[in-house]
Amino acid sequence: MRFVLSVYVENKYGVLARVSGLFMRRGFNINSLTVDETDDAAFSRITITLNGDENDKNQLINQLKKLHNVKVVRELHPETSIERELMLIKIQNSPNNRSELMQACDIFRAKIIDYSTETLCAEVTGETSKLDAFVEIMKPLGIVEMCRTGIVALERTHYISEELD
Amino acid sequence: MTGATILIKTLIEQGVKDVFGYPGGNVVDIYDALFQSGGSLRHILTAHEQGAAHAADGYARATGKTGVVIATSGPGATNLVTGIATAMLDSVPMVAITGNVPTDLIGKDSFQEINITGVTMPITKHNYFVTDVAELADTVREAFRIAKSGRPGPVLIDIPRDVQRAECDYEAAAPVEAFSQRKAKQQEIDLAAKLIQKSKKPYLYIGGGAAGSEMTEQIKAFAEKTDAYIGCSLMGLSAFPSNYERFLGMEGMHGHFASSMANNAADLIIGIGVRFSDRATGNVEKYARDAKIIQLDADLAEINKNVAVDVGIIGDMADALERIAAKCKARQLPAWGKQIAAFRQQQAQMEQAAQQSAGDMAPQKLMQIINRLKTDDTIIATDVGQHQMWAAQNITLAKPHHFITSGGLGTMGYGLGAAMGASIATGEKALLITGDGSFGMNLNELATAVTYGIPVVIVLLNNGVLGMVRQWQGLFFEGRYAATELERKTDFVKLAEAFGAKAGRAETAAAFEALLQEAMAGDSPFVIEALIDKEEIVLPMFAPQASVDEIITEDPRGERK
Repeated sequence: MRFVLSVYVENKYGVLARVSGLFMRRGFNINSLTVDETDDAAFSRITITLNGDENDKNQLINQLKKLHNVKVVRELHPETSIERELMLIKIQNSPNNRSELMQACDIFRAKIIDYSTETLCAEVTGETSKLDAFVEIMKPLGIVEMCRTGIVALERTHYISEELD
Repeated sequence: MTGATILIKTLIEQGVKDVFGYPGGNVVDIYDALFQSGGSLRHILTAHEQGAAHAADGYARATGKTGVVIATSGPGATNLVTGIATAMLDSVPMVAITGNVPTDLIGKDSFQEINITGVTMPITKHNYFVTDVAELADTVREAFRIAKSGRPGPVLIDIPRDVQRAECDYEAAAPVEAFSQRKAKQQEIDLAAKLIQKSKKPYLYIGGGAAGSEMTEQIKAFAEKTDAYIGCSLMGLSAFPSNYERFLGMEGMHGHFASSMANNAADLIIGIGVRFSDRATGNVEKYARDAKIIQLDADLAEINKNVAVDVGIIGDMADALERIAAKCKARQLPAWGKQIAAFRQQQAQMEQAAQQSAGDMAPQKLMQIINRLKTDDTIIATDVGQHQMWAAQNITLAKPHHFITSGGLGTMGYGLGAAMGASIATGEKALLITGDGSFGMNLNELATAVTYGIPVVIVLLNNGVLGMVRQWQGLFFEGRYAATELERKTDFVKLAEAFGAKAGRAETAAAFEALLQEAMAGDSPFVIEALIDKEEIVLPMFAPQASVDEIITEDPRGERK
């Protein structure tokens, strides 16, 4: 099972190392992790996706809650939250594949943000499955390199900062 | 006032009386402030920073107060690592203070620079790198608060030298209180009480969390009301007097037979402040198959971590147990009592048989001599290995906080520092039971014991081998004794005397008893080397990852000699 956790942390020295170190030493296997400041500069929000069973998830949540700089840990459920991921993908640009490339970008609402005679770079946002699909379509056209952010997510109606003590 | 002075003032304000440590280039300002503080904070200089960390740990275990250790940057700080990890694994409140190179030299591999906050991140509850002197006092206060709150543990504060020297105002504050703990929901209490009412064979499994929370009398009353019997983990061992009628002793790999069997036979296990460690449970797949489990713990991540439980109650254990007890009716379970009596009978027979075939210097016999000559106030400390298990199985205890041993990390070399710390904290005599392997690791602290006149009696069981590993090799590796036969030529009596301690060697039980009498009558460090047979093994035992059903109670190598 895939889980998404939203972790509200104090924006302090070493906090990311504390969180990521925890995954390593407790043997958790995470898929992605994103982090940045929130609207309140005193806090950062870390969004984590991981694969595991219910027990893995509960252990991870409980271990996270023990970290002194971690203030709130929420599990985000797909039906009550929105998630997005951003990808930059550089593809070979040649007369043979150009029109197929452009069409795919159009259908996926990918934005072409760099263009040269050799390569073309597209920016794609969406849910993870959409980005996966785009990568599959681009593979035969020749992916040069790519970079994904991992997901960011918010709950639709719940405000994490309200859970601060 | 300088940061260094603020640090010392804050330690005093927080009620610290003694600190253990070792000076160095990047804590020289702290030591200067200590020097100038007028003696209201006593400093004990150890031979090595590891010894200082273990002493702060022993100090904390003997009193429940937070132990404090100071070390310099670089090697001073890394020498604390084993001591901090030992405290972490056994949930011991400790504040470790390290100096570091000045802020502008950080990150440049400067002389004696180590990122000790990075190194200790996995082995502390929390740690701090202080960059602003204005935050120093509050950081120290918060460190003490974290160290003793909930499930206690070590906290490290790393202070660069320029912060120690920077000037700032200081305003005294009151000693910090622990964070308040979650109270159990009524629903959890009701569910636990229901399981207890339904059970016919209830067993209380007590760990260091309960021992440290002063719950002894409460648990006794609960056991009496619900007709439950009590066993413990190594860390819970001194929570109950050894002669308490419902107390069956330690369970697990080398536990007491009756306790392990009762745990196995129980239909309900109530764990209080225990983490169901692999050394206690053996194979978790086969652990307590027929039992429901209720777990009370201060640490939310302990629930369902090692074993799946039916009811997990996180937070204030004393409050939860009191409320559960109020919902339980007093009752008697004579069938369970009979079964327990049978386990005890079996254990007594085994012990009797072992006693009959035991040689003059059998470790069990030496432990009996120690029991006769120690008082209820003598603090027992151990190192790690066979001697530790012989002590855990045989030493009789009367009071909590009087059995000090490295359980979780299993740190050889822990004992001497810890014994000194415990003795300094309480003013009582500490009796260290150690082996030649463990003692060899940190025996330099004899210098500290002699310098400060700390009354530590050291019973050194010398079998010339690393007995615990050798025992495994004998039982599971067809007697291939790889690297466990020491063949050293150390003369421990001369060695102790060279440090300025009294010492004697015992080759007979009578000589041992005479030496121990002399040592207990005195007030100075005394080393008794007891020569024991290297073929002595710790029984009962179940192999790592085996289950209680596979318990080994007789020496599978048969009659020796």
